[in-house]
Amino acid sequence: MKEAIKSFKKYSGQRKCFTIFNYILLISLALICLLPMINILAISLSSSAAVSSGEVRFWPVDFTWESYNFVIEKPEFMTAFWVSVKRVLIGVPLNMLLTILTAYPLSRTNKQFRGRTAYTWYFFITLLLSGGLVPYYMTILKVGLIDNFWALILPGAVPVYNVIILMNFFRQLPSEIEEAAIVDGASHLQILFRVLVPLSKPSIATLTLFCIVNHWNSWFEGLLLMNNPVNYPLQSYLQTVVVNRDMSLMSTSDILTLSMVSDRTSKAAQTFVAALPVLIIYPFLQRYFTKGIVLGGVKG
Amino acid sequence: MKKKGSIGRHQKQLPYHIMLLPAVILVGIFSYGPMIGILMAFEKFTPKKGILGSEWIGLENFRYLKNIPDINGVIFNTFFIAAMKLVLGVAVPMLVAILLNEVHLSKVKKAIQTLIYFPHFLSWVILSGIFIDILSPSTGIVNEFIKWLGFEPVFFLGDPKWFPYTMALTETWKEFGFGTIVYLAAIVGIDPSLYEAAEVDGAGRWRQTIEITLPTLLPMGMLMLVLNLGGVLNLSFEQIYNLYSPQVYSTGDILDTLVYRIGIENAQWGVASAVGVFKSLISTIFVSLSYWLAAKFGNYRLF
Repeated sequence: MKEAIKSFKKYSGQRKCFTIFNYILLISLALICLLPMINILAISLSSSAAVSSGEVRFWPVDFTWESYNFVIEKPEFMTAFWVSVKRVLIGVPLNMLLTILTAYPLSRTNKQFRGRTAYTWYFFITLLLSGGLVPYYMTILKVGLIDNFWALILPGAVPVYNVIILMNFFRQLPSEIEEAAIVDGASHLQILFRVLVPLSKPSIATLTLFCIVNHWNSWFEGLLLMNNPVNYPLQSYLQTVVVNRDMSLMSTSDILTLSMVSDRTSKAAQTFVAALPVLIIYPFLQRYFTKGIVLGGVKG
Repeated sequence: MKKKGSIGRHQKQLPYHIMLLPAVILVGIFSYGPMIGILMAFEKFTPKKGILGSEWIGLENFRYLKNIPDINGVIFNTFFIAAMKLVLGVAVPMLVAILLNEVHLSKVKKAIQTLIYFPHFLSWVILSGIFIDILSPSTGIVNEFIKWLGFEPVFFLGDPKWFPYTMALTETWKEFGFGTIVYLAAIVGIDPSLYEAAEVDGAGRWRQTIEITLPTLLPMGMLMLVLNLGGVLNLSFEQIYNLYSPQVYSTGDILDTLVYRIGIENAQWGVASAVGVFKSLISTIFVSLSYWLAAKFGNYRLF
């Protein structure tokens, strides 16, 4: 801090100007990212009268929890919330188990595992080609997973891109430790879970957090594959409420309460509640992801 | 002797195959299964008769597609919006990374980074909830600001003239911060002695940026451009589906949203698959080309 100020004093006039301008510009950019969310939060915490008169900007006017009470007491919202929680609790461990199990054989050399190249291409091709939306829907229909919770879990159970990232990470670990384990007579599973996984903790943590965010955020499969709104995860439900204004999904109690809690404040509250889990894990995410992305995404 | 050796090797190989089996099956069903479904594009498909039982009609669906009056517009929109996002998606993060590198108060820098990375992690459903509210011409805070500046309010999401630019801008808003990460990492990798030498030669900070920082970032920018090229046609569905409305179809409808409407909402399975095949074809060419270019010029290998 002191260093920075000291060197600032030594700058030429031109550079001083630039530095000040630069700080203002970047802080404005950061505020542009932040303020829309603050605005929504403020709306969700204000009375509907204050909101409709247009007084609310970045601070709640006529502070009230009314919109949040409305959301928590809304059975559809809470049902969808639990579907999402269940999805994360089942989907993420499955993702990670499959990622680890798949990355290990693929990280062997061609000499150790002769099928390696063929398998790697088998997975890699799915990153290049896809059947498209309608054939995808038909596949799920054929397998009998329409309106089934597992349709949210199984189709995305193998995150191929993550497999490749972890595979690359395994490959750059020093082979000496592994060789020592082999000499000690360790099995493949022991090598994988006692040696490689503990060494890859930061990578695995990063991938886990990304899987959590993905499961929590994905909404389209829910909308596409679930006919009964009771099976919607939260984001799919929110999509129908916030974006589509689908009246058929509203119960009569909703319509009654809506006169007290305005449409706008309740939408703001629901949006904020849906974003809350991401907000909570964000500090953990941030600690890891910069490192993880640079490691996996771009290697020279 | 030889036989025994091959059995020994076989035993060592087997666990690998077993470990891969669950993933192979799941990917087989859910990724390769739909690829077989591409046949639907050449059929008068009904779910009842299935992919193998439906009537084979050759290129009929593609002919039908060609006669959809708006199809050229949709193709144009798809590429136009994708191109804007592609350019902004490389230029803005690179510029911001360079500027961020000039922020020497580490706490301020950290705070800025925390705030600009965050929107990347929000879904388009949540962001739509936010954007529909703040961009509203009557009550939204953005238009309140525009009115305060003395201009007419802008109907960002409802005016066909504005819609594509709104898409490019909101996408940039969501992703520019996260995009800076790779460039910041590249800047950290620059040898500080290069700057010191330039300093001795009397080069100011501006010259140093142009002659040292920028040349380091440009190859990275090219690599990002190439890698993004591959996914660019798949990028917009979640955003546009949540933000568009019939009055902006003329400039906002893209191939993916068209597929969804014909296929899922109108149940014209065959026609929708035909659009899907058309798009997948272009997309596959783009993705393959991008990986090839990245490997050739960027020295980038995914595996």
